[in-house]
Amino acid sequence: MIIAIPLLAAFLTPLIGRISGKARNTFVITSLAFVGFLVIILARDIFLNGLHVYTLGATEPIPAGYMVPVRIMLEVDSLSIFMGIITATISLIAVIYSFSFMKGETGHNRFYTLLLLLVAGMFGMEFTGDMFNLFVFLEIASISGAALVAFRIRFADSPEGGFKYIVVSAISALMVLFAIGLFYAQYNLLNIGALAQAMQYTMLDKMALAILIAAFAIKLGTVPMHMWLPDTYSVAPASITAMLLVASQASMYALFRICFTLYGVTLNLATVGWIVIVLGLLSMFIGVTMAVRQTDLKRLIAYNCVCESGFILLGLGVGLAVLGNPGALATYGTMAISGGIFHMINHALFEGLLFLVAGAIFYRIGTRNLNEMGGLGHLMKFTSILFLLGALASSGIPPFNGFASKILIYESVYQFNPILAIIGILVSIITLAVFMKAFFSAFTGPVLPKYKDVREVPKSMMIGMATLAVIIVLFGLFPGLVREWLTDPAANALINQGAYIEGIMGVVP
Amino acid sequence: MTGNIPFNIPFVAVAALISIAIYIIISQRNLIKIVMGISILAAGINLFLITLGYREGGVAPVYTHAPTGVVAEMVLPVPQALTLTSIVIAVATLALMLSLVISIYRHTGSIDSEESRKMKG
Repeated sequence: MIIAIPLLAAFLTPLIGRISGKARNTFVITSLAFVGFLVIILARDIFLNGLHVYTLGATEPIPAGYMVPVRIMLEVDSLSIFMGIITATISLIAVIYSFSFMKGETGHNRFYTLLLLLVAGMFGMEFTGDMFNLFVFLEIASISGAALVAFRIRFADSPEGGFKYIVVSAISALMVLFAIGLFYAQYNLLNIGALAQAMQYTMLDKMALAILIAAFAIKLGTVPMHMWLPDTYSVAPASITAMLLVASQASMYALFRICFTLYGVTLNLATVGWIVIVLGLLSMFIGVTMAVRQTDLKRLIAYNCVCESGFILLGLGVGLAVLGNPGALATYGTMAISGGIFHMINHALFEGLLFLVAGAIFYRIGTRNLNEMGGLGHLMKFTSILFLLGALASSGIPPFNGFASKILIYESVYQFNPILAIIGILVSIITLAVFMKAFFSAFTGPVLPKYKDVREVPKSMMIGMATLAVIIVLFGLFPGLVREWLTDPAANALINQGAYIEGIMGVVP
Repeated sequence: MTGNIPFNIPFVAVAALISIAIYIIISQRNLIKIVMGISILAAGINLFLITLGYREGGVAPVYTHAPTGVVAEMVLPVPQALTLTSIVIAVATLALMLSLVISIYRHTGSIDSEESRKMKG
């Protein structure tokens, strides 16, 4: 039902919008809040009871007398519900933020419809247990995301960013479809759990794995396929950038679901693990070095995004590389995976905050160029504090949440291979330098005369940003709680391939 | 398609379509040609999905009025469902891409991708 409600709400929104603007806004907020509430209930249920399988249209996955599951399955385990929590939180905050950010635009109905479709697509990608369903929801999320990126078509660069996003998404989604065709041709199955059980590691499987990793890495924005990311993230309206971030994380979730659960220990772990680690390292390094020379604030934050997703890939690549080695897994593999997953939610939070702050600046002064800004800290005190918070969290300074997740990744990666951890620390230092440059040029210094009458941002944007900031600080102060409740079950769910298969197939004969 | 050709022509056609499409997307500068390249890629992959469901001498997978007797084998129906879904999604994607190309043309006056690459670096 979590998927159905945003879908239904998306199509009801234009109808309600004809009544009045206020009614539509309330409707969107209540539907998203209700979805968030359902997600939390489901999360509690999964934490206590284990994973959930819901078959569309029947009561159990395998009908009597069959050996394979027949219908489309939604399978939610701890990792899926973790991503669901991220999606629900960020989308609620983005909608609150959008209420006043989109004041000067027309076509609000279509904006909220597309936003709800994007949310539905992301939930679908995270909760599905079926490969083709994954493809369908990936396309739903891509199309609504691209339409939202290009929403403000009166600027010259918005449709260009949207076009790049839709081209890249279409190509990667078609590659995913090709790999799904390969799987179906071999095993006559589309269900992830059933495929995992029936998987033999043939040549075609290797090809399918390579295609899937490449396709999801493109959709994710890892180097060397990252060219679309800065363009797209900088021209989208700020709340949409936060949502697109979560969409990229949903593709990251799909990538890890494939690597860990679908293939598990049957693949050549050292090679694939090192490939993921190398992709992560490249993204981190190139992301942060290109961020140094940016003059556009949102492009700078977008390159930081590339860098942070590199961190996540690093953590999970280390976990992947030691998956078959129980001793190493127990000592640092689980910690690496847990750190990577924790960093996923931290990434969504503080990058979301940074993008919302950049959007707030753009809303007030109409430019994103750092060279033209100056001395805004005197006028927009609250916004500058929030930017500083987001920047420090991104670099991994205690007591913010970035520190907690990064220390997990550093410790575990150091035991795996010391050089990787040292590169990680270097990259964090450069990130701090980049953000200090941005902060100083935008917020401190004398007030430029043309910005004399810039006021603070409106209240709904403030509520959105402040909520994110509060969550960031809370996660930073109580990382143990987050680990125990959210990330460790998710990491264990990822490693425990057997439980996932068992949920679908029943007791394996 | 019976078995007296040396290799399967549909799969060769799929390989040809996909490689032509990738070449177009990478090397063309005209935005409309890039969109056409994506359309050809989608066509190639849809053809791949249908071809992998083919069984020698099979009939259409419909149960009513199915021919009984000697030929009782059906072509796999699931890839055909996947292909229908994929065609619908491709239509929506292409519509969105073309409308974005129109919007880019209105802003920059040309559909050459080199002209509209305002954001570099």
